[in-house]
Amino acid sequence: MELADLIFAAILLPTLASATNMAFKNSPDLRDTITFLCAILTFGCVLGVLNIVGSGTSDEIVLFEVFDGLDIAFQVEPLGLLFAMVASGLWIITHIYSIGYMRGNREDNQPRFFACFSVAIAAAIGIAFSANMLTLFLFYEILTVSTYPLVAHKGNADAVQGARTYLAVLIGTSIALLLTAVIWTYTLTDTLDFAEGGILSGKADGWIVPVLLGFYAFGIGKAALMPFHKWLPAAMVAPTPVSALLHAVAVVKAGVFTMLKVGVYIFGIEFLSDTGASEWLMWIAAYSIIAASVVAMMQDNLKRRLAYSTVSQLSYITLGLALATNMGVLGGGMHIAMHAMGKITLFMCAGAIYVATHKTEISQMTGLGRTMPITFAAFGIGALSIIGLPPLGGSWSKWALIVGAADAGQLIAIAVLMLSSLLNVAYLLPVVGKGVFLKSNDNPYEGVKEAPLFCWLPPAITALGCLALFLWGGAVLEFLQPIAEASNG
Amino acid sequence: MAGAAVEVTHQALTLKDHLPVLQILIPFCAAPLVVFLGARNLAWPIAFASAIASLVCSIYLMMATLDGSYISYHLGGWAPPFGIEYRVDAANAFVLLLISATAAVVMPFTKASVDAEIPKKNHTLFYACFLLCITGLLGVVITGDAFNVFVFLEISSLSTYVLVSQGSHRDKRALTAAYDYLLMGTVGATFFVIGIGFLYMATGTLNMADIADRIAGQGDNRTVQAAFAFILVGMGLKVAIYPLHLWLPGAYNYAPSAVTVFLAATATKAAIYVVLRFTFSVFQPEFTFDTNVLYWIIIPFALLAMFAASLIAVFQTNFKRMLAYSSIAQIGYMLLGMGMFNASGVTATMVHMFNHGITKAALFMAVGALVLRAGTTFYDSIRGMGKAMPLTSAVVVIGGLSLIGVPGTAGFVSKWVLVQAAFELGWWWMALLIVASSLLAVVYVWRVLEALYLGEPAEGATHQEAPMMMLVPMWIAALACIWFGFDTSLTLEASRVAAESLLAGSAGMAEVSTAAGGH
Repeated sequence: MELADLIFAAILLPTLASATNMAFKNSPDLRDTITFLCAILTFGCVLGVLNIVGSGTSDEIVLFEVFDGLDIAFQVEPLGLLFAMVASGLWIITHIYSIGYMRGNREDNQPRFFACFSVAIAAAIGIAFSANMLTLFLFYEILTVSTYPLVAHKGNADAVQGARTYLAVLIGTSIALLLTAVIWTYTLTDTLDFAEGGILSGKADGWIVPVLLGFYAFGIGKAALMPFHKWLPAAMVAPTPVSALLHAVAVVKAGVFTMLKVGVYIFGIEFLSDTGASEWLMWIAAYSIIAASVVAMMQDNLKRRLAYSTVSQLSYITLGLALATNMGVLGGGMHIAMHAMGKITLFMCAGAIYVATHKTEISQMTGLGRTMPITFAAFGIGALSIIGLPPLGGSWSKWALIVGAADAGQLIAIAVLMLSSLLNVAYLLPVVGKGVFLKSNDNPYEGVKEAPLFCWLPPAITALGCLALFLWGGAVLEFLQPIAEASNG
Repeated sequence: MAGAAVEVTHQALTLKDHLPVLQILIPFCAAPLVVFLGARNLAWPIAFASAIASLVCSIYLMMATLDGSYISYHLGGWAPPFGIEYRVDAANAFVLLLISATAAVVMPFTKASVDAEIPKKNHTLFYACFLLCITGLLGVVITGDAFNVFVFLEISSLSTYVLVSQGSHRDKRALTAAYDYLLMGTVGATFFVIGIGFLYMATGTLNMADIADRIAGQGDNRTVQAAFAFILVGMGLKVAIYPLHLWLPGAYNYAPSAVTVFLAATATKAAIYVVLRFTFSVFQPEFTFDTNVLYWIIIPFALLAMFAASLIAVFQTNFKRMLAYSSIAQIGYMLLGMGMFNASGVTATMVHMFNHGITKAALFMAVGALVLRAGTTFYDSIRGMGKAMPLTSAVVVIGGLSLIGVPGTAGFVSKWVLVQAAFELGWWWMALLIVASSLLAVVYVWRVLEALYLGEPAEGATHQEAPMMMLVPMWIAALACIWFGFDTSLTLEASRVAAESLLAGSAGMAEVSTAAGGH
């Protein structure tokens, strides 16, 4: 198959899955099977793209022109390909998990749930392969709108409120700030194409550069940079598979991915570092990292704690960009994959605990690890990867980020990353510690068993994935290397 | 920017040469025909057929003027400035297309809505009025004669008052709404005709091109200034420029569903076109620029509309009324584009007229379907309808997203061009204000979507999906919202040509009046 066909297929297959979910409302086995096949085929298509393009950059594939040379167009480059692989690969695992979770909890409106879920994946892949900012923005908004029903899924007052916050922040930032930034960029440069070395160099200077960067950085609400992070904890009212794949992987990574894309291909790393326009962003990101970690420590609700942890971890990637060094950007890029694998494990474990015990608060989980050993083992591995300890994937990206900070001569950034690791230890490990090493007196887990197979197997697989990413860390870095070269022109 | 004029006199007898007049004559003759035939079964088919026929005319006219040329048609062969001239360029051909396309698409919906909402004995008269309303709006747009604008304006207004009052079979308040509209509409029309009178005093002519020609250099003439003020305020009432909008929410809310759809999509747009035509072509940019009308009157009121009307829309509890206030707010965007006074700005006005027209058509048709099934569109009574009426609710989603200006919808394109126009002027604060006001749109749209999808349906409610006659036109409009979000070759291109010909002022117009003088 041609490259263009593969890309279209990777976007259309999840859309097809969405349609079948609505069409076969009353045959759950049929629709879940078709969706599973679509997920595998989608991943296959993305791997096919990898096979053709490798870590190079493909030609632009123009679908059609909207106006004034603004196209809906696709182009493959390493960063997008990595994001597409992460999203589509983890979709397969999450789909298995979703079946177990949704059926295990006897959730309503399952066809709508799976339909919206699939559209969100299509949108994420569309974002990954966008050749220009207009196409990216289109899919970015599709992603927001398609995930809204997922957050509001339960339909109760909490869910409606959470979904409101979710939508208000994401649509609000994107329409008010991101759209302004995009049109501003277009009026400055007459193009929105992602180009090696950026398009703004020579077209903008002075105060415009940091201000425009600010419009982007805050406008990309999905990157959850403080103070626009509230939507992420609010989104935790959604069923756990949504929190796992969308709010730890697809949606938030779409945010930081867009951030990196803008940094590398709109501004250009060299341009950012020459103008020093991103220095203020580093401080905001650093603040986000620490503050979100501190807030995470104070959460008793497991999913909320994980959500704040995500806010903190996303800012690692923004920090990597703000450092405006090659290693920082590479570290940010790697962190997209590493954090995805670790965080999805943690969320799926949280969901497995909920399915088995209907417990959501950490304080209620004392001694639970003895009853649910596999789940807690997977949680432990995921937690260690997030903290950044070898032999787990998370250690590589953190290492790269620290090297990047050193290259930029930002000692404070290094200190922030170190401190954040300690904070990670403080809020993640007690969950495992309480679960495994403490014993509850009144034995509240009478009759509780390990979660169903479909719920514990997926996190076990992704936990092993964290180990695998450690072994392949070098390969990921090498794969992303061309971005750094590109950014140097 | 105007190319060679296509001179059409009575000697040229091919049908195509008479398109400009056919555009008007078809609905104009169909209206009495419906009444004289008197057969209720024939009324709708005749109305539908004439709507299609006038759509065909306007498509031809659009294609003929898309290259920047214009057609000048002398009614009855009487040469202007003494005879009445119909003058079609890209600017009004585009509005003609919007009006006749809306009429054609809405017509099937009208049948379903009229059958449900209006007693049988009034049906023939209803369709006759509807056709007259179409005639009036098309006439206002196509004519090149200032007094003729007034005549057609009255035709459309008088028929509109009747149409709005037909809502009284469901809700008696339609009568007061129609009466309000009658009072304010008459004041507006009177102001307008006073303005025309002053212009006649100053120039001795009624042909717009001729006025433009003679008015040049009369910028200090108090009569001309007063004329401009009267015309702007008079038309402002018809446009529903905030705060001259008081008739609009009532009229939209209580009129029969089909009437609301048609009015919302076309009536204010035709009035905006007249404002544009008078401001830029008749009075010419230099005059309006000298008097600072654009900066000190149009823009502040546009901003006021964008924020105040949006805020009011946020606090509505009735979907239909909310959309009415949203229309007032969206008119603010159109005025803003005009006030920016650059090519992108006027392009934004033109393209938003069209895009907002189809968006509101889709939304008001969905409202009509909800009214048919749920009785009213209070958020309480449409709660949970997303399940019972999935296709109608999906139209609300698409239309709502287009109203916000989410990419992939028609509304996005117009917002893009408008913000771009602000940046081109270096008014970055204006760009921020535009996007900030669209945040309010997010709020008011989402209140409806929450009610539709997240609310629990009332006990024992057994609602069905809307009938086919409503669903098909609704979806045509909704798909048009998406289509024109991606394919802008017609909308944006036509708007650009239109903007250029409008901003060229009287340059093209003067040419014809001399040519016409030779006749």
